[in-house]
Amino acid sequence: MSDVVEKTLTALPGLFDSQTGAAKITNRLKQLIKSITELTSKHEEENLMKQELSAMKEQVSSPNTTMKQMREVMVRAMYCEMLGYDASFTYIHAIKLAQQGSVLEKRVGYLAVSLFLSEGHELLLLLVNTVLKDLQSTNLIEACMALTVVAQVFPKDMIPAVLPLVEDKLSHPKEIIRRKAVLALYKFYLIAPNQVQHIHAKFRKALCDKDPGVMTSSLHIYLQLIRESPDDYKDLTGSFVAILKQVVGGKLPMDFNYHNVPAPWLQIQLLRILSLLGREDQSTSELMYEVLDESLRRAEMNHNITYAILYECVKAVYTIHPKAELLEKAARCIGNFVLSPKINLKYLGLKALTYVVQHDAKLALQHQMTIIECLDHSDFTIKRETLELLFRITNAQNVTVIVEKMLDFLRGCNDEHTVIHLVGKVAELAEKYPFHSLTGRLLQRMTLSRVHKKYISSYKINTNLLCVSFYFTSYVPIITLTFAPDNSWFIQTMNDVFSIGGDLLQQDVPNNFLRLLAEGSESKEEDDELRLYAVDSYLTVLKGDTSHLPQRFLQVMSWVLGEYSDLQECVDQREVIRLLTKLLDQRSVTSETRVWILSALTKISEGQTDLILDLSESLSYSQDTVLRQQAQELRHLSRDSQLHEWALPRGAPWDSMEVDSSLSFLDGFVSEALAAGAAPYKPPHQRQEELCEERALNLEPYSFSLPVSLSSCSITDRQSPTMLSVSSGISGNSTELSQKAGSSTVILEGVKRVWGKDGYLPQKETAATAPPVDKPSIAVQSSGQQEAAERTEPQPEPPMQNQDKQQLASSLFVGLGAQSSISLLGKSEAPPPRFRKKPRPHESSSSSGTSERSSVSSSRSSHSTTDGFLYGSLLEEEPATSISGVDHTPKSTTANGLGQNKHTDGDRRTNTSQILGSDMVIVRPNTIQDKYPSSVSSDLTALLPPDLKDLPHSDVISLTSDPSLSLASCRVFRDEALLLVIFICNCTETVIKDVAVQLTCEELQTASLRGNVVDCLEGRSTSVCHYALLMDDPHTNVSFTGTVSYQTQPGHTNTLSFSGTLSTADFIRPLVVTTEEYGKLWLSLSHDVKQNLKLLTAAGDPLRTTLNALKDALQLHVVDIIGSEGIVACRLLSGAPCLLHCRVNGAALAMWLRSPHPALPDCILYHCQRALAEH
Amino acid sequence: MRFLLLFSRQGKLRLQKWFTALSDHDKKKIIRDVTQMVLARPPKACNFLQWRDLKIVYRRYASLYFCCGLEEEDNELLTLELLHRYVELLDQYFGNVCELDIIFNFEKAYFILDEFVIGGEVQETSKASVAKSMEESDSLQETMEEYVNKPTY
Repeated sequence: MSDVVEKTLTALPGLFDSQTGAAKITNRLKQLIKSITELTSKHEEENLMKQELSAMKEQVSSPNTTMKQMREVMVRAMYCEMLGYDASFTYIHAIKLAQQGSVLEKRVGYLAVSLFLSEGHELLLLLVNTVLKDLQSTNLIEACMALTVVAQVFPKDMIPAVLPLVEDKLSHPKEIIRRKAVLALYKFYLIAPNQVQHIHAKFRKALCDKDPGVMTSSLHIYLQLIRESPDDYKDLTGSFVAILKQVVGGKLPMDFNYHNVPAPWLQIQLLRILSLLGREDQSTSELMYEVLDESLRRAEMNHNITYAILYECVKAVYTIHPKAELLEKAARCIGNFVLSPKINLKYLGLKALTYVVQHDAKLALQHQMTIIECLDHSDFTIKRETLELLFRITNAQNVTVIVEKMLDFLRGCNDEHTVIHLVGKVAELAEKYPFHSLTGRLLQRMTLSRVHKKYISSYKINTNLLCVSFYFTSYVPIITLTFAPDNSWFIQTMNDVFSIGGDLLQQDVPNNFLRLLAEGSESKEEDDELRLYAVDSYLTVLKGDTSHLPQRFLQVMSWVLGEYSDLQECVDQREVIRLLTKLLDQRSVTSETRVWILSALTKISEGQTDLILDLSESLSYSQDTVLRQQAQELRHLSRDSQLHEWALPRGAPWDSMEVDSSLSFLDGFVSEALAAGAAPYKPPHQRQEELCEERALNLEPYSFSLPVSLSSCSITDRQSPTMLSVSSGISGNSTELSQKAGSSTVILEGVKRVWGKDGYLPQKETAATAPPVDKPSIAVQSSGQQEAAERTEPQPEPPMQNQDKQQLASSLFVGLGAQSSISLLGKSEAPPPRFRKKPRPHESSSSSGTSERSSVSSSRSSHSTTDGFLYGSLLEEEPATSISGVDHTPKSTTANGLGQNKHTDGDRRTNTSQILGSDMVIVRPNTIQDKYPSSVSSDLTALLPPDLKDLPHSDVISLTSDPSLSLASCRVFRDEALLLVIFICNCTETVIKDVAVQLTCEELQTASLRGNVVDCLEGRSTSVCHYALLMDDPHTNVSFTGTVSYQTQPGHTNTLSFSGTLSTADFIRPLVVTTEEYGKLWLSLSHDVKQNLKLLTAAGDPLRTTLNALKDALQLHVVDIIGSEGIVACRLLSGAPCLLHCRVNGAALAMWLRSPHPALPDCILYHCQRALAEH
Repeated sequence: MRFLLLFSRQGKLRLQKWFTALSDHDKKKIIRDVTQMVLARPPKACNFLQWRDLKIVYRRYASLYFCCGLEEEDNELLTLELLHRYVELLDQYFGNVCELDIIFNFEKAYFILDEFVIGGEVQETSKASVAKSMEESDSLQETMEEYVNKPTY
């Protein structure tokens, strides 16, 4: 009895505590929420939150706080974070709660963790143990919580720790656990795909799970996998089709229904997967026609969810190999969408159309009136989508109208992101359709003449157009009509682009535009016309109010005026100078723009000494040093007209200008200064390094930094004050850039042309269904379209408005369905973009001298020969590969090798490594192991194929090993490549099967030459596999990684990963030249670096000793040594050469390196320094 | 799906779930921009918006806006229905759910969401399963609560 009483009494305080405590705490959250909603000002809220947070801080740090109270604090902390206040002091306690709390508190703890900590947060590491414990827990709910948090936030590095546990859960009896485990694996796959590579078989099991929920979850993984490599999963097509069939047929349990539609999420996931599988694959597509048809048919209920399925179905039908019947149904579906009064469906319809017109432009024609209505829709989103659609159907004939519509939209739009996006597209279109073909021009005139009055008048600055017309009517009145709409349209559109896009514009828009003007086309007259338009247009703009113009536009204008204003004879240069000077006085003009303007003034200043002197006088007191310097230059140039002529030759084609970017004319000055004891120039990064060296011990090898030295930068030429020089200096070759521009402009060209003018290409019979607009003659074409427009018009509207719309329609959709009629006139569908005008052998823009160009191209060509040689020599080697015993090489590998020969460079780049032949070398164990049991590595060199044995090679180093396999590598220095020979030794007595080596390296091109797949490796034997590595750009150190997968027992794949580093020194080869050749080459190279190095003084002749040391370390070729000077040459594989000039300067070695490659000298210098330091 | 936001007509955030790792600064920017954009929409406008490179799908239920950020390839209509399904689940759990339920029991709303969507992908489309797993965890919660509160005599 007394026991009971005692118990009750002792329990009582706890009881009170916990009850009142809990009540108090829940109240506190409610109170907080209530008091916050009652507050009126932000300031009051901040004060309250401050109080609240400090109270919470106190509470969490107090040792008396129970887990239960902590749980409440966490909920409050979540609330505070949601309101945007920092409660990071609770994060650690959230983890603690998840770790130590009971199930109930754990749940809140895990939730808090998943809300507070994002993927990379360091505190997550502390969670790993908790998760491990809970995953092993027998309590279902604990395991569920652990899986949920793993699927949301988990540190990438710790995945291996939990992976086995999560994998085990895949066969858990409860479906909820299996489902969460699958999703956790999906998450792992997303953040670290190679960690889960080995469990693909288990994914298949999940796909076949009896619970539809688990199966649905596994589809997330499959969608991702199939998106990456559809070919590997073609065999599953049948299963996916079968599942979809069952779902559509309503075979799933009722509770997966959503508003009476069976498992819509599952259906859509499957449709996506099927469309990926069926893309460009007829036989796979055929498997799914039936089920797609069924889906289209079944989804008839009028509910959003069915439309979502239909939309996905339509996309699938248009993605896979086409089938006429399905296409027809899909097209009807799109029609329903577009015509629907529901705005969301209309939006989706427009989206579907945008997708579909890439394949079949005619579909847009059927809905032209709806599209036009959407253009004027009140909803911003719909308008935007419509423009997107119009952008896709742009052709040479409707481009003006579409661009005008886009510009109209842009003027009323204030969303930054949309503006940048659309303005880019307008610029793209303007540059793409230059109207250089005669038919284009004719059509242009016809369509324009109709819409001319209405739209031309809406141009912002239309006086310019008139000005142009006036100018031309005075000379050749007939041409005016033909020319006015194109060149001036282009300039005008670009003006609009610049003034609307403003300074948000992507930098490449003005760059491309200026390049287009500068590079020109085949005919000089046409170019000059364009330039003239630009000059005229800009003068007009500058005469108006210029205060609101964006800086980019001003920069473009000043550059063009500086270059081309002399083309316009009827304008006084003084007027141009006056306008530009006026700009300089404007407060809103930034100093960057001032530099542009001053450069322009410098170019046109000739003969106007009085104006210029005034100007430079006023600027010489400027705060800006750059401006002051320019003003100074300007003054000198204007005083000395001869100097001006020499520095800035008038009218000289700028691409033929010779620029000595190595500043070789200063060589004498430099060597004098050096001889007088001046410190040699050090590029900034080197100075930085030395500074670091002084400060602390650097244990890491120096990383290679890009040279920003003046010497390796090319001189800014007169073309480009700031921007252009950067863009042209990067690679010195514009082909790359223009290719990039080309690829970004491609709209229809890049798409595989499954769809021709008359429907699907191989199926000619579908052409019969061509719409009535396909009229044979160009004259009746537009009226034919008008008819078509009337026909598709759903409801007749008031005649006036209707006519307007029809006119718009015919101008918008011109040339869409009627390509056949145009092609009768011999016009190609899309004119080439302006950038690809002239095929120039020396496309490189301005700055870098001719030498660099030639060397770039030469290194290219040598590269391609390298490839040829590589494979060529491979063929020669084939018979010699087997050392003893088994030779698995079938004769067909020769053909295989030949076939690979044709592979382009790009192919090899995409594939990290390629299997060239499955030949390999197997060596019987007794030959090595018995003779030299101690040092395995040195024996391995004996395994090198005889043809490689004579080549210089490195020692064999061990890469990695595990109980069954050990890997070692040897570098063989071939002239044109570095061969990495990997020895795979079977350390066991049993046979190892399916050994596959994969090697990747980001910086290098790798190609597997042979032996990277071995079917069967006998016990105690060694197989050899070769990789050829090519280095295009020098990197100081590169690392490679790779994996070997093998099977010790069937079905049980092990992987072993390895990695290693290579240095540039491995890729440097001697360049054998004579002294004369050296001299010639020296003068032609542009990038140079100078540096004093340590001189080895130990032996007799310091120079010779030092050079020999370098020669040994770096495989350089010492060309000649004369007195205290030595010349040395090398090259990067068979690519860019690098010449070294060394001179003994006191106790140091003055080293001077030159190369066509900007980064190579720095790189070699770095290795020289190291080699000498190690000596 | 990149994120899910719930906010009131006054622009007060009620729930936020991020499915990709973002910095606090970015999150705040997204919340500010998206609430502004969505609240400015006229009532009968279409439920889709573009923000930067994300598609925004929103839907209003009484005084509460549900709003999702999607990637380019996601299906807008389906997401709209996903929001609806979430509201149905909330409704089922709270019984005629209103904004106050979510304000005061936001952690419950998170729990339900975690059972429905994981890592931006739909986890369980069966309404019954979600309800069941919620019930299981909750029943445990109740028994635990009873257990803790049970007098020990």
